[in-house]
Amino acid sequence: METLAQIKARIEAAVAGAVVEMVPNDSPSGQHSLWVDNSHAVAVAQFLREDPELRFDFCSNVTGVDWPETERTEKVKTTRLVDGVETSVEEIRKTKRPGFLEVVYHLYSVALKHGPLILRLRTENRSDQVQVPSLTPVWRGCEFQEREVFDLFGVVFTGHPDLRRILMWDEFTDHPMRKDYVEPDDYEYEPTPHDEVLVKARRSGRGEAGT
Amino acid sequence: MLGKGIIKGLAETARNFFGSFVSERRLTTVPYPDARQPLAENTRQFPFLVYDGDDWEQGLRCVACQICEKECPPQCIYIVKSKDKKPDYKGQMQFYPAVFDIDLAVCMSCQICVEVCPFESIKMDTEFELSTADRFGGLLFHKKQLAKPNAHYHRIHPTDAAASDAVLAAEKAKQEAKARAAAEAKAKAAAPAPVAPPPSAS
Amino acid sequence: MSIAAATNGKRHRLVPPPSPADGALGELLEISMGPQHPSTHGVFRMNLVLDGERVVKLKPVFGYLHRNHEKIAESMSYLGSMPYTDRLDYFCSLTNNWAYALAVEKLAGLQVPERAEYIRVITAELTRLQNHACLGGFLLQDMGASGTPLMYAFREREKILDLFEALTGARMMCNYMRFGGCRCDLPPGWREQAQRLVAEFPAFLDEFEALLNENEILMARTQGVGVLPASLAVNASISGPMLRASGVNYDIRKVDRYGIYDRFDFQVPLGEHGDVYDRYMVRILEMRESLKILRAALADLPEGPIMDPKARLRGFRPKPGEAYGRIEAPKGELGFYLISEGGPHPYRYRVRPPSFINLTILEDMCLGQLVADVVIILGSVDIVLGEVDR
Repeated sequence: METLAQIKARIEAAVAGAVVEMVPNDSPSGQHSLWVDNSHAVAVAQFLREDPELRFDFCSNVTGVDWPETERTEKVKTTRLVDGVETSVEEIRKTKRPGFLEVVYHLYSVALKHGPLILRLRTENRSDQVQVPSLTPVWRGCEFQEREVFDLFGVVFTGHPDLRRILMWDEFTDHPMRKDYVEPDDYEYEPTPHDEVLVKARRSGRGEAGT
Repeated sequence: MLGKGIIKGLAETARNFFGSFVSERRLTTVPYPDARQPLAENTRQFPFLVYDGDDWEQGLRCVACQICEKECPPQCIYIVKSKDKKPDYKGQMQFYPAVFDIDLAVCMSCQICVEVCPFESIKMDTEFELSTADRFGGLLFHKKQLAKPNAHYHRIHPTDAAASDAVLAAEKAKQEAKARAAAEAKAKAAAPAPVAPPPSAS
Repeated sequence: MSIAAATNGKRHRLVPPPSPADGALGELLEISMGPQHPSTHGVFRMNLVLDGERVVKLKPVFGYLHRNHEKIAESMSYLGSMPYTDRLDYFCSLTNNWAYALAVEKLAGLQVPERAEYIRVITAELTRLQNHACLGGFLLQDMGASGTPLMYAFREREKILDLFEALTGARMMCNYMRFGGCRCDLPPGWREQAQRLVAEFPAFLDEFEALLNENEILMARTQGVGVLPASLAVNASISGPMLRASGVNYDIRKVDRYGIYDRFDFQVPLGEHGDVYDRYMVRILEMRESLKILRAALADLPEGPIMDPKARLRGFRPKPGEAYGRIEAPKGELGFYLISEGGPHPYRYRVRPPSFINLTILEDMCLGQLVADVVIILGSVDIVLGEVDR
């Protein structure tokens, strides 16, 4: 398989206007990925599938990742003029990363037996701009998995033939895999020795087990 | 010939039917509960607490460190640490669990509590006939029900029990050697030194 | 060995395969099959639209067993999820363990000692044997061969479960593998017992094949039913025996060569027609190949440690990063995708469940078929709802 940088260059050459960015991965697995912009995602996917040297015809795994808005504080050393003397000062800089939802595709090639190539698509934010293009027209195997991502993360796949909830029931409103999901406290808790659950169990009127 | 395959299959069924009266390979079941299969030595069902000696309260190895409570995936262990201390098998004063409950209705027999326990105090039992009419209270096992003697552990898992005894004995020996060395050093330091060496340990 | 050679090239389709173009659509009937239907292998529902006996539309409905395994795993230590993976595909807990351990080992850069790799291969292939044997039994049960083949398969499975119990302490929920190795070494006498089982297993396979392979009813019910073309199978991410029954030579044991699979000599059985019969036969032939691997692995099993000395049971915190690890589970490609933020819990934990994704083309396979064949087609997909719903 070509290196990721080569694949990136070829995508940019083949799909005019596509914005592709490398996402490095520091873990020993060394599985780096490519972030593709939403408006060219389908064309890029088509290219990856059709290109005779890549032939990524098998979309193995589709999943979502929730990245809520985070504030990172880092200490930066800067030199500054203090009373006319240049001294190095430690500054605390806060960087805000806006939240977004990410969809990760793991591609393999059955024909050429290589892989994985990891594609990432990102939504604008986590509230109202949660659309990414569906890759189901390119790889049929995404159909149920994208439905699952929609169900559990709330990513809306434009162009998906049948976007409904798949694991949760249709009347369910929230998206449980999001990091800020709060589970409704309406279950019938069974008493356990743990005080927290036991309190809930007592509230929901179950037995009085425990100590 | 159409039907040959079916006749061949029926011959196989007949062979199995008659074979099950004579061949051990074809008869693998036993009429439980009148007869029982022997359990494998590694068999695990639910955890129990090991105690040494005769008194289950005094001999309990558990020191209420709460590691198993934290690591238990379904969170079925509930421990309350004691206020006072009691001597453990090494003679050291240690906390003990004032309350130690395991909810067997929640426990999934994964053995992670056994693996993470540094004190060889929680082990897996092989008892599986625990059905009860009381779904909540009946399956919530308290300290007294969980405590079982080391002899029981030796009976169900002889290899593991011997290994864990060896670990404890080694630790005790280490502790005793350390105590002896400390006592000797103390005696040396306390004794009027003829050449006045610096006190190495106190 | 090919399927044609194994069955002397026999094909017996008594009824011509129905086509959706047969006549105009009559009055359509909508029925809900499941979730308590005995043939659905658990709580699985299919919303069918029928034209007479022919399927016009099929929408699978599932999630009845959903407990959000991924969410639970994200609030738990890495080790704490290991026993939960047993409960995904509860037939094959050891391969689930392996897939998860493999992904974490990639994430944390752990090396598995040789002996542990051998033990993993042995347990995984034993798992494959019992899964495929039982699938054969279940499939025939769905077809009306009530009990007999299934009981024969369960009898053999019992012996394999005895081995699992002796090794791991549990028959089904083994929770055996750890990051960087295995939990405990083989008990004395286990290897000989396993070798005895491997020596006796072909006799069962011969019997099972004599019982069924050439059975005319089986052939008539399965040949030409639920055909899945190779191009669609690849495009729809179908994996495992289903993909190979459509004639696509793709076995992750051969492609990724994870573990030590490159040391064993085994073939990948392929189907030609992609129908239910080929899916059944591919599994039967795969069992023979598994036996080859088992024989070699049990003979070569080296001595040595079974855990990476770097591996830690408690306080395990991999460096930030992500990893995707996959294995060839009996049902297909089982993958685990993990993202670590450096904490004790995975930031993201994802299971790629083979039987969930293999259901994608259930409708395509069933369109135009008789409603009685839907049961068999579903049976040949080999689903376990614990894994589909997670």
